[in-house]
Amino acid sequence: MSDQPQQPFAGLNVLDFSWVVIGPMATRYLSDFGATVVRVESAKRPDVIRDGPPFAGGKPGINRSGYWTTYNSGKLGLALDMGDERGRALAYEAATEWADIVAENFTPGVMEKWGLGYEAIRAKNPGVVMFSASMLGRGGPYDAQPGYGPVLTALSGLTNGTGWPDRVPVSPYGAYTDFLVPHLAIAAIAAALEHRRRTGEGQHIDVSQLEASLYYAGVPLLDKAANGRVAERDGNADPDMAPHAAYPCAGEERWVTIACPDDAAFAALMLLIQKPGMAADPRFETVAGRKANEAELDAAIAAWTRTRTPAGVMAACARAGVPAGAVNDCRDLFSDPQLVHREHFVWLEHPEMGRYAADGNAFTLSATPPQYRPAPMLGEHTEHVLRELWGVSQERYAALRDAGVLE
Amino acid sequence: MAEHAPQTGMLSGLRVLDLADDRGIFTGRVLADLGADVVKVEPPGGDVARGVAPFWKDAPGIENSLFWQLYAANKRSAVIDFATPTGRALVERLAGQADILVESFRPGFMASIGLGYETLRSSNPRLIYVSVSPFGQDGPYAGMNATDLTGMALGGFMWLTGDADRPPLRVSIPHFWSLGSAAAAAGAMIAHQARAASGAGQWVDASCQQAVARTLSHAPQFWDLNQVILTRQGPYRPLGAGKRLRINYPCADGYVNFIQPGGRSGGRNMAALVAWVNETNEGDPELDGVDFGGFGFGQIPDSLLAAMERTLELFFAPRTKRVLSEGAIARRVLLFPVNDAADLLTYPQLEARGFYRQVEGPDGEPMTTLGPWARASGAPLRVGRAPRLGEHTDEVLAEWCGLGLDEAGALRAQGVVA
Repeated sequence: MSDQPQQPFAGLNVLDFSWVVIGPMATRYLSDFGATVVRVESAKRPDVIRDGPPFAGGKPGINRSGYWTTYNSGKLGLALDMGDERGRALAYEAATEWADIVAENFTPGVMEKWGLGYEAIRAKNPGVVMFSASMLGRGGPYDAQPGYGPVLTALSGLTNGTGWPDRVPVSPYGAYTDFLVPHLAIAAIAAALEHRRRTGEGQHIDVSQLEASLYYAGVPLLDKAANGRVAERDGNADPDMAPHAAYPCAGEERWVTIACPDDAAFAALMLLIQKPGMAADPRFETVAGRKANEAELDAAIAAWTRTRTPAGVMAACARAGVPAGAVNDCRDLFSDPQLVHREHFVWLEHPEMGRYAADGNAFTLSATPPQYRPAPMLGEHTEHVLRELWGVSQERYAALRDAGVLE
Repeated sequence: MAEHAPQTGMLSGLRVLDLADDRGIFTGRVLADLGADVVKVEPPGGDVARGVAPFWKDAPGIENSLFWQLYAANKRSAVIDFATPTGRALVERLAGQADILVESFRPGFMASIGLGYETLRSSNPRLIYVSVSPFGQDGPYAGMNATDLTGMALGGFMWLTGDADRPPLRVSIPHFWSLGSAAAAAGAMIAHQARAASGAGQWVDASCQQAVARTLSHAPQFWDLNQVILTRQGPYRPLGAGKRLRINYPCADGYVNFIQPGGRSGGRNMAALVAWVNETNEGDPELDGVDFGGFGFGQIPDSLLAAMERTLELFFAPRTKRVLSEGAIARRVLLFPVNDAADLLTYPQLEARGFYRQVEGPDGEPMTTLGPWARASGAPLRVGRAPRLGEHTDEVLAEWCGLGLDEAGALRAQGVVA
């Protein structure tokens, strides 16, 4: 008997139809922490990010995308053609007889069209917890609106809030709002499991990616509704802090950020950059004064940071109690001393890709840490899932396989 | 009338002792929305979050911070001065009755005042102790101060954001702490699931920096697998192999966002847009008859990309966000408004779903706030207001600690509670 503590989701069966990012990133918490997650896919309509770079060794391939593997580590790969009636019948049996949790993030209506809507599953599996996510939520004029993650960044107000006041707004990288929702999603799924433990009742957790994302950018909405103000993007500036910017460092495209939350931090920074006169200058005594002369301050600070590395600036500022942070690029993330200490990246061995880095979790659990395993090849566990987990007979398995339903 | 412990929601009956300040405030909100009884313990002068601008009707006041109104909604407030030994003992007693404790102080502070995890678990082994901090409870940066700006930089977000000819950028809407606080809520609920089987609590240690690093899409994997460092591209979207596609364009009353993802569906999308542009004879012959579907993701030739950019810039400029987005929906073109707060408050999809709600504002007048971040079919998430300072002190002391009004009165007289 392994002396490992029992995993939080041990014993739970998850039928996972989700794709792209938001769904798989949410269900990965279930597989990371012990659930059996069967990821349903079909080679006939592969998950779009299986075709998305980066590919191992730069060689494209349906099983070689690092984008796909980071979100699907630890899941079982089932190939099942949902376009075939026999595939849908098998999926319905699994959803009603095997699954504790069913997950999906298609356009609203797709699951219902397959006979796998919440009501249809619940009819035979009343305790099922179903997790659904869609871009704009169920119902309403745009619920069938096609789109991609980056679009939601624009709809959510985050794009308008990012950029220089004298230029076109810029979008946070990639499908940004896809990454804001999974922590909320797994919290809601675990709450539904608690509710089921106490009442026996299942639950349909249905998330609009746009609405959930607004919780990260909600204050400007309350401000507009209450005070009529429409906040505008302002580069890196802050209404309540100055100095507050990204400064150039020694070397090619090396930057560090420094923020002075109060007058004391400002004075400490001025001493650090050998500008005691500025610390004493009445023009810079208050935030308002500093903001009125921000360009002059920033020039003096940049003259100092240009002679140092980001790490050097951080170390000096930390000693002076001034918040500073290197602008880490993605290579830097793998050597950032704190992320290394936290073991943020997890290296796993994939049959075709070899060694790859999956993102670890942003929290540690002292008693029941996650157990990471590699992501599956497409259909890698089809026979195991059907024969051993779902008890499908050898005959039916062979018939489905030969009919091309299992690919 | 003070609201009693919540009776609805998937987590009703679960007790959360929320000591988190403005940095970890969102964790308790998530748990309160799901139905937990979240008691926010505040110092006598009120939590730091109550001082965060902007304010209700632009009037600073202990109840008026819109940041507090949003992120403390559905919580209860108890004022206990845990700078005093009696106050600390009272908080320890509350922790003995809690299922979950949330805090976001500098790592080591709670232990320094005798409220660390090791101390509290001895009297309450079921306790789930949730800490939100910029970098985690230990490690080289654990003692370092951080702000939204320095955290978004260290997490890897800023490097990928901004114009190539200017410094890297953060979002002007701070959310570094919210990212870490949401991670803490996820960790708390996973620990709760573990406790259902083991009966034991544990320490959940959430790092805001790591939460930021989890928002970078496939950028880290580009370094790991291909030794490629993606860089910020301004209003463009990199397509690989040095190509980039203009995505944000000015229009008559703001900006719009256009995605041409390439591939089959991208081809249909682009053809529909070219047809629309030609209808208003503002088309570019170079775009006519092009089979955009034939180009895979990132394979559109540069000359065509330039023609697309020129044509679309001219086509979008004189038209409003509403005209462009309504037309795009009719033609199934992937063209969307770059919404600002005004657009969002009148966005048809949000209005049709009844997303925005009215709750009692700080002065009793109705206040517009956000609706639930998820729909739960059988036990909906709660939608309520934020608590007034000390609104529930007596009730919480009675319900959690069995203290009568006279004992509470004595503590009030000593200035330990308010």
